[in-house]
Parts: sequence; structure tokens; C-alpha cells
Amino acid sequence: MNRPQKTHWRARAVLLLPSLWLLLFFLVPFVIVVKISVSQTVLAQPPYAPVLDLAAGWRGVEVFFAQLTAEGYRLIVTDPIYLLSYFKSLQVAAISTAILLLIGYPIAYGIARAPRSLQPLLVMLVVLPFWTSFLIRVYAWINILQRDGLLNDLLLGLGLVRGRPEWLSSDAAIYVGVVYSYLPFMVLPLYATLEKMDEALLEAAADLGCPRWKTFWLVTLPLSLPGVAAGVLLCFIPIVGEFVIPDLLGGSRTLMIGQTLWTEFFANRDWPVASAIAVALLALLVVPIVVYQRLQTRQLEDLR
Amino acid sequence: MADGGGRAVGEKPPLVRFQSVSKRFGELAAVSALTLDIMPNEFFALLGPSGCGKTTLLRMLAGFEQPSDGRILLDDKDISAVPPHRRPVNMMFQSYALFPHLTVEGNIGFGLRQEDVSRRERAERVAEMLALTRLQGFEKRKVGQLSGGQRQRVALARSLIKRPRVLLLDEPLAALDKKLRAETQFELMQLQRKLGTSFVIVTHDQEEAMIVADRIALMNEGRLVQVGPPADIYERPTSRWVADFVGQVTLLEGRLQPGGLLTTAVGQLRVPDGESATAKVWLALRPEKLSLSAERPPSNGGNAIAGTVFEIGYRGDVSVYKVRLSDRSLMKVAVTNSKGRRPFVVNDLVWISWAADAGVLLRQ
Amino acid sequence: MRRTSSFNIVAVALGLAFLYLPIAILVIYSFNASRLVTVWGGWSLAWYRALLHDHAMLAAASISLRVAALSATAASVLGTCAAIALTRLGRFRGRLLFSGMVYAPLVMPEVITGLSLLLLFVALDVDRGFWTVVLAHTTLTMCFVTVIVQARLVGFDRSLEEAAMDLGCPPLKTFFAITLPLIAPAIAAGWMLAFSLSLDDLVIASFTTGPGATTLPIRIYSEVRLGVKPEINAICTIMVAVVALGTIVASLMTKRGHARRERAALAAQV
Repeated sequence: MNRPQKTHWRARAVLLLPSLWLLLFFLVPFVIVVKISVSQTVLAQPPYAPVLDLAAGWRGVEVFFAQLTAEGYRLIVTDPIYLLSYFKSLQVAAISTAILLLIGYPIAYGIARAPRSLQPLLVMLVVLPFWTSFLIRVYAWINILQRDGLLNDLLLGLGLVRGRPEWLSSDAAIYVGVVYSYLPFMVLPLYATLEKMDEALLEAAADLGCPRWKTFWLVTLPLSLPGVAAGVLLCFIPIVGEFVIPDLLGGSRTLMIGQTLWTEFFANRDWPVASAIAVALLALLVVPIVVYQRLQTRQLEDLR
Repeated sequence: MADGGGRAVGEKPPLVRFQSVSKRFGELAAVSALTLDIMPNEFFALLGPSGCGKTTLLRMLAGFEQPSDGRILLDDKDISAVPPHRRPVNMMFQSYALFPHLTVEGNIGFGLRQEDVSRRERAERVAEMLALTRLQGFEKRKVGQLSGGQRQRVALARSLIKRPRVLLLDEPLAALDKKLRAETQFELMQLQRKLGTSFVIVTHDQEEAMIVADRIALMNEGRLVQVGPPADIYERPTSRWVADFVGQVTLLEGRLQPGGLLTTAVGQLRVPDGESATAKVWLALRPEKLSLSAERPPSNGGNAIAGTVFEIGYRGDVSVYKVRLSDRSLMKVAVTNSKGRRPFVVNDLVWISWAADAGVLLRQ
Repeated sequence: MRRTSSFNIVAVALGLAFLYLPIAILVIYSFNASRLVTVWGGWSLAWYRALLHDHAMLAAASISLRVAALSATAASVLGTCAAIALTRLGRFRGRLLFSGMVYAPLVMPEVITGLSLLLLFVALDVDRGFWTVVLAHTTLTMCFVTVIVQARLVGFDRSLEEAAMDLGCPPLKTFFAITLPLIAPAIAAGWMLAFSLSLDDLVIASFTTGPGATTLPIRIYSEVRLGVKPEINAICTIMVAVVALGTIVASLMTKRGHARRERAALAAQV
């Protein structure tokens, strides 16, 4: 009876290795973030206090807890800069996810209805930009949107504008950049559900006298809702915390929360506030993340 | 196949013995306290509806499942705790489970690679298997490049190359079309006779089990229902469930009277004169043992009852008539279509007749 | 009856134009002779030549490639282990926590992951630099490997492994002889994804890097913040070309394999 025991040992190793890794580099860091978010800012290295002094024994622990403070959190709920920043992030994420859905759905639908032999090529063409650098793709828009850039050349040529309006450093530029960068994340899950759909369903609807546009509302759209949910979450969650796009394309009037965190950390060196922002951001996103994970596991179980 | 029961049962010790083996998956009992012997050199079939536990039984013999209770003996040694890779049994999988990254040769030789077999001997034995399964010329093919029938033969060759004590076949022909399946059934029988290895086949196809097997174990809900040669199971079922599962049957409920008489809802019928219990019994009648005529046939010590033709199922070689009897129940009668013309049409009045010993009396 | 309506064709064409036009413009302007990015001054390779002498940029590229190769390899090992644990171990204690930890980094905002890893390194008093970036990228990308390999393992026919064991192959050897070769394409795809994600990452690298370990995105970012530069167009074009070439070669290789198999299958029937 030594076989079950041996498998047990091996199975444990396979589980233990990634578990320990994620515990150390994913979970423990969060605990530290939470801890520092209730620390005080000091001019020192590291720039926060208290530091748990275990050498001092129980006394050290007491001192440690006595010095904890909710100052960081008090700041982010009272200072409108932070609240506006959270609001801006949610607004950008919600609006651009809606735009992404409106643009992405027809593209995914078009690919799913294209000839079978063409579909892999089209999917590859959608994915390909994703493999090039994110930074490059955002940068490409600076080329186009800057004051003496191609967009203004085009608009001037068509006589649509007078002078050269500023496109960069605006919310419009952020939306363009976000939609452009996240489009593959919206199209792929939508395509995956639309492609799986049995075409006989559409034929059955037509056979029963349902016109094409109505079939879309009554059959296609309801059946693709899991894909819509996956695409929406896959875009919405990371956009809320986005840093690069607003930093390069957006203006400096209202910052998105990712930028605020970055500034607090790198420019102001206020680690406790940066940590408090991170904890609050995570609290904001915990529901969508859990929903997304549910979807992910259910999808894998469907594959079985 | 009628002499299937005459196999050397009792002369040699059994090759495989299941001794009150049970297998539970959580709450579900897949196999319950099952005891069964499989003889050397026997083609043995495990037959039953899906979910009856036959595949679980086979997988316990292969070692992929551990019995929850009981013992499994192979050559009188308890193998319950032996892992699959150390058991001298090999299995042909329903999906064939051919390794897609290996060639035909690589698949067939895989088992020998796990042993200390010289390269030359391995090549020889692979060649021997290729010849046996008529796969010469396909050695270098990847398995993705084979037809369904060829894949099936590779799977067979791969499971036979280690000369197992028992070859296990899990629905081996399920993926083949009907014609190829019929040919392959006869090939399997020839192969088994030639090699003298015990074959244990799992199937839900009763026709297949009856064609290939020396003995059949009929299973239902994790238990053995009847074990015996195909002819015994067909001709002498021990329960209504067996009679109904194997082949077609009409069951007439009645009470036995002294003197070989059975009182039923359609009248007094003559049955073999045996024990004269008055308990409730069922008379099982196979459609092909019955005859149909327009006039009442002379009695000759047999039975004859009247009815009207309700439905005719034409099958080419035979037609199955469903005849409505006086109690409004239906009786199935098979008529050979030798004259190429159907003698009766729906709603005709007909007589069904059979000899007194044509049916089987069932007590359960 | 697959009817491709004109609406569908227009939708796909416009979508692809939207995706590719900015990149195409970037590529074209990298060959611009004029230093003014927006004025077309004829074709030239001047900016590629300038790039060759930009030692800081070349050093950053070399660091990025090494970080990406190392972290993608570590992520492939860890991610494959996690995928096996999730598909093969059934219900084990802590499964919910484990799968949560595996999937969460997929959608976790990078600023949070970056900040938390930095604070860990500070707490552990580790000098930040090349290796901390490798560790951070391994953590980020192993989850992507897990998702890809897991999808493959879920569709894996377990009877292949049983067949190997049935033929006398011990369990561990079965894993290396049967399972690993069959999930290798998924692991390779996972490695490539991990590699490109690592090569691409700006935020997490910015948090976890230290002196002497400036990665390519960090370098590009600091240049871009100062405005558009033709050298940046050039280096971006090179990266796009490498990706395009890699994709084309990979798809050609799989296509050739398909064609060969189909020809052979045809021959089998004749």
C-alpha cells in the first residue's frame, strides 16, 4: 500500500511550491500594505513608523500597537483630492467599458460570423497588437494626438477645425487610449461565446418566423451574456487602477487613483497614505474581482 | 455457441477471482459484494445497462480503482493493492487512449519500453503485432493520421504486446460503424482463440456480448444478475429482468395449477409439467418461438390463443407482429419473411400458437 | 448557411483599422529623416543608427530581455505546478484561498501589486534591483501560465495516463513520458505570454527596481514623458517587427504541421 502515500507526497510538492510562492509574494505583501496604511509618516528610512521591534519583547509589541493610526484613511475620506480621484477612476472605467462593449461587440460578432477558415486569422489580427508593448501602443497615440500631430493635420485638411486644438492632456485622449489598449480584452471573451453558439439556433429562430434583428435581441444577445460579463470585468477592473494611459495622455487637473497613488509614493514619499489608497482601491474592486473569479472557474468547469 | 457452457470450467483453477468485492464512490455503491470467477482461456463479457458497475469492475481489475471491500485474486494472489503498472493485465480503452505524440510503432512498443527488453526483441515483437493486426506499412504514422478502424487495431496491438494474463476491453468497438463492428467482433474471437489469453470485455450491446463471449455476466445496479453461456442466458433466463434485457420477450402473468397448467388472463395455457406450486409466476415467450396463422391450428398438446394484429414492424429478414390479445395486452411474434410477402395486415384476426415447452417459467 | 452581411465586414474592417493605424503611423514615422516628428522629411534610417549609439537604451533592452527570460521560465514552472494542483488534486484544504491567489493577480491593478511587493522587499531589507524585478514579474506572470496550462489540462484525456500505467509505466515516469509532452505546447504558449508581459511591464518594474536595473519600458517611459522622439519611434518599430515576425513564424510552423498531417491522412485513405 505504498502507492497512495507516494502520490500524496508528490501532490503535496506540486501544491506547496506555488502556494508558498504566492503566500510570500502575493498575500504577505498585502498584509504589509495594510499594516503600513495604519502607520505614521516619518522622515526616516523606511519613511514610516512604527517598526515592529521584536527584540524589545512584549513591550515592543505594545509600543507598536499604541503608535498605529488611522490618519491615512482619515485623510483620504476628508481631502476631496482623493475622493475626486476615486470618482474619476470609476467614471473613466465605466464610460470606457461601455464604449468598449459598443465597439467590441460588432467586431466579435463579425469575426464569429466570418467564414470558418478566416476566423483564426482574424482572431490573430486582434490579438497581435496585444503582444506588442502596451507602452508602444499608448505612445503611438501621442504621435497622432499632439497639437501638430496627424489628427489635426487631417481635421485642418478637411476644414473641420480652425487653428490647432489641443487633444492631448484631456479626458478625450484618456478614453481613446483606454479603448484602444483594452479592445482585445473585450473582443476575445465575446468572440469565444459567440463562436461557440450553435448556428442551428439562429436557423430555428428564423424557421419559427423571427426576423433577423429580433433574433439578435431574443437569442444571440442573451446567450452571449457570459461573454459580455467576462469582457466587461476584464476591462473594468484594471482600468480603474490604470496608471500609464492617464499619465501619458491625460491632463494634470484631476488624477486617476493609480496616478494619485504613484504621486503619493514616488513624489511625496508618503508611504502610509499610498498604502491607504491601495487598500481603499482594493476594497472598491473586491466585489468585481470575486465575480470575475466565479466566472472564470465556472467557465473551466464547463470545459470538462 | 451452444457448447459455450462445455468449456473447461472446474478442470483448471479460476484465473481471476472477485471475492465479495464492493466499490463505493461516496454515497453511491457502484459495485456491491460481488463474487465472480473468470477462467483461463475464456472470452468473458460483462454486460449491463449504463451505470450498472461493469466498467468499475473492469477498472478495479486493471488497478485504476481500489475495491472498498473484498479481494481480487489473479492466479491465486491478492492483487488488490498492486498498482496498475505492476499488474500483468492490460487494457484496451474505449477512447483507445493512443498517445498522440508517438508513432504507431511507438504506441505499440510503449509497454515493452517499460521492461528490460532488448531493442531487437522489441522490434521483433512490434513487427509480430503489426502483422497480427494487419498494420504493416503504418509503423511511422502518427496516430492522428489513421482511420477509426486502424486506431482500434493499434490500441489492440498495444494492449496485447506484453502478453498479458488477461486482456481487458472497455467497449472496444463502440466507436466503429455497424459493419466494421460486426467484422471486428469475429476478428476478436479468432484472435482470442489463437492467443489463448483470457479476454474480459465490457459492453452494453447484448448482441455483441452473445456473439463474442463464452460466458456472460449480466449486471444491474452493481450486482450480478445471471452468469452463464450466452445460450443459457437467452434460453433460460432466471428472472423477468434478464428475459426482458436480453432479446425480446412477452411476459404472461399467471398461477400454476397441478398437471402443467397455467391460469392467465388470456386463458389456461399448457406449460412443462414440473413442481405444482400455486405461487404467482410469469411465462416468458420469445417472439421467434411463436407462430402465426389465420385458422386455429390443431392442438397437438400445445397452446393457441386468438388476437388481432395491432402493428407490424418490418425488419427485412423478419417482421415483428404486435398482436392484441383478449385482455388488451400485446404479444410480440416474429415471422420470417421467406415468401417476400406479408401474410397479414393490421386488424386481421390471427391465432398465435406455441409448443408447451417453448416458454420459460419465471418466479421473480 | 453562413451569410456574411456587409455590416459584419464593415465592423471587422473598421475595428482592425482602428487597431493597426496608429502602429502603422508609428512605423512610418520611424523612417522620417526630419527631426521634427510631424514634418515628413523623406525616408531615412538615421534614427536606427542613432539608436545603436544609445548605450543607455541598449543596456536597458539587455536587462529587460534577461529579466523576461528568467521570470518567464520560473513562472512556467510555478504556473504549471499550480495548474496541475488545481486540476488534479480535487478538493483539498485551502483550495479556495489557493485559487483566489492564483487568479487575483490577473486583474489586480498593477499599482497595488507593485506597491505591495516593494513594501515586502523593504520589510525584508532586500536590496532592490535586477533580482527583485525578476521575482515580481514571476509572481505577476505565473498566473497567466496557470490559466493557459489549466485550460489544456481540463481537456486532457485522463485515459492516456491510465493507458501508460496499464502498460507498466510508473506514475512519475508517466508524467514525463505522456503528460508533459502533451501539455508542452500550452506551457510554451504560457512562457511566451509571460515573456512578453514581463518585457512590457512598466508599473511593477518601477516599484521594484533599484539602481542599475533600469528596464526598457522604464527607459522609454522617461523619454516619452519629455515628448515624442524619433529614436523612440525606431525602437518601437523594432519591437513591433520582432513580435510580428515571431507570430508569423509560429503560425507558419503550426500550419506546416497541419498540412503535413492532412496530406498523410489523405494518403491513409487512398
